[in-house]
Amino acid sequence: MILDALIAGLVLVAAGWTLAARDAFAAVIGFVCFGLLLTLAWARLGAVDVALTEAAIGAGATGILLLFAVVRLRGGTEEVAAATPSPPQRIAAGLLAAAIGIALALAVMLLPDPAPSLAAPAMAELPAFGLGNPVAAVLMGYRGLDTLLESVVLVFAVLAIWSMAPDRRWGGVPGPRFPRAEHGPLSLMARLLPPIGIVIGIHLAWAGADAPGGKFQGGTVLAAMWLLAWVAGLAQAPAIASRRLRLVLVAGPLVFLAVGLAGMLVADGFLAYPPAFAKPLIVLIEAAMTLSVAAALALLIAGPPERAA
Amino acid sequence: MSMLLQLLGLLVIAAGAACFALGTIGLLRFPDTLSRLHALTKADSLGLGLVALGLLPFAESLGEALLPFLAWGLVLLSGATTAQLIAERARR
Amino acid sequence: MAEALLLLAALILAAVGLGLWRVLRGPDPADRLMAAQLLSTGGIAVLLILAAATRAAGLQETALVLALLGGLVSVAFVLAARLAGPR
Repeated sequence: MILDALIAGLVLVAAGWTLAARDAFAAVIGFVCFGLLLTLAWARLGAVDVALTEAAIGAGATGILLLFAVVRLRGGTEEVAAATPSPPQRIAAGLLAAAIGIALALAVMLLPDPAPSLAAPAMAELPAFGLGNPVAAVLMGYRGLDTLLESVVLVFAVLAIWSMAPDRRWGGVPGPRFPRAEHGPLSLMARLLPPIGIVIGIHLAWAGADAPGGKFQGGTVLAAMWLLAWVAGLAQAPAIASRRLRLVLVAGPLVFLAVGLAGMLVADGFLAYPPAFAKPLIVLIEAAMTLSVAAALALLIAGPPERAA
Repeated sequence: MSMLLQLLGLLVIAAGAACFALGTIGLLRFPDTLSRLHALTKADSLGLGLVALGLLPFAESLGEALLPFLAWGLVLLSGATTAQLIAERARR
Repeated sequence: MAEALLLLAALILAAVGLGLWRVLRGPDPADRLMAAQLLSTGGIAVLLILAAATRAAGLQETALVLALLGGLVSVAFVLAARLAGPR
């Protein structure tokens, strides 16, 4: 299939370019192109939920995160040079990555036909959850523990970013103060896009129960809309000491944990859902998690506090 | 009737593909940043609009028919903004 | 019909994929950004065509997400270049 061959070829070109780029900005652009092409690859492989996440996080959020990191690194050329691995280290890393890649490719290509799969039993149990999207059932039901741990990892990631602030700035406001865009194209875009994006983000999170989507994709779109308003100076980042901010950040994992613990009392065990209430509970968790994912991603990209509150 | 409409749709999409090709040619062959920007914004807007138009006969519900136009509107907005910002910076 | 749509999608991807050459050459960072934008818009077109051709759910939403986030990445790039100082 021409389209698939084209996507595969372009993915390799983009990856090669990103590795070979001299300038950091150019490498980030290459990475965003790589994410874009991967999105198409996931779509062609039938993994639409992953394609959504790749589009939102891989091509979007990570690109912006890297851009801001590049800006922050501009001032410290000696530190960057000291931290850059030497050519032998890079060659070793490349060989290791290539070996793992080849091993994975062989494992996939040597699978028997039809490949062993749990898809049928997984789909058979979907009505018990009241969900239409098998990915949601896997994330929230069969592997609910993994998702709970991931949500906690997000909070830790935000803490790690915050910990990079100098001591005297702890509790302050992340990022520079962007000038408020009053006239011009940026002010139009930052006022027009976020309302539409918020609706799309909430739709994605809500639709995840029965169609591709869910809290990660929806939360990322919401975070992106806030970031747009922030770089246009229309929204101010809250101080990291703010109690409300911290509450929103942990609300998702806490709700998830609470439902899990309640499962020990009213159902079979930790993270078991009582049969009649499975879907409402899952939707409750997804709603709280969407907020927390949005807050966490926005904070991750905003960075460590740089200004006094 | 619907077969005819779908064939028409394919033609319109092909025209959109031609716009994308023209945009790439402009991006690769024009001499400086501002003229390449010009090529890009026209190709973006027109190409995607034609694709959205050409997909109408294939849609099976109203929402499915209109969503490509929403995507087109978003691309128009962000494309125009980025073009202005890049041009501002290139002019200095 | 579906094959014709997929062929057109491949043509669009080939067209914008050639633009990756501009990402390689530069010389201005803005040129690379513009090539990435072209790729993004082409990707949106390909996803919309795929949605019509394969009837898989969620592809149109993916195109929407690309449109939203792509605009933000471009804006962030220009602002970051501004923050990094004049060249």
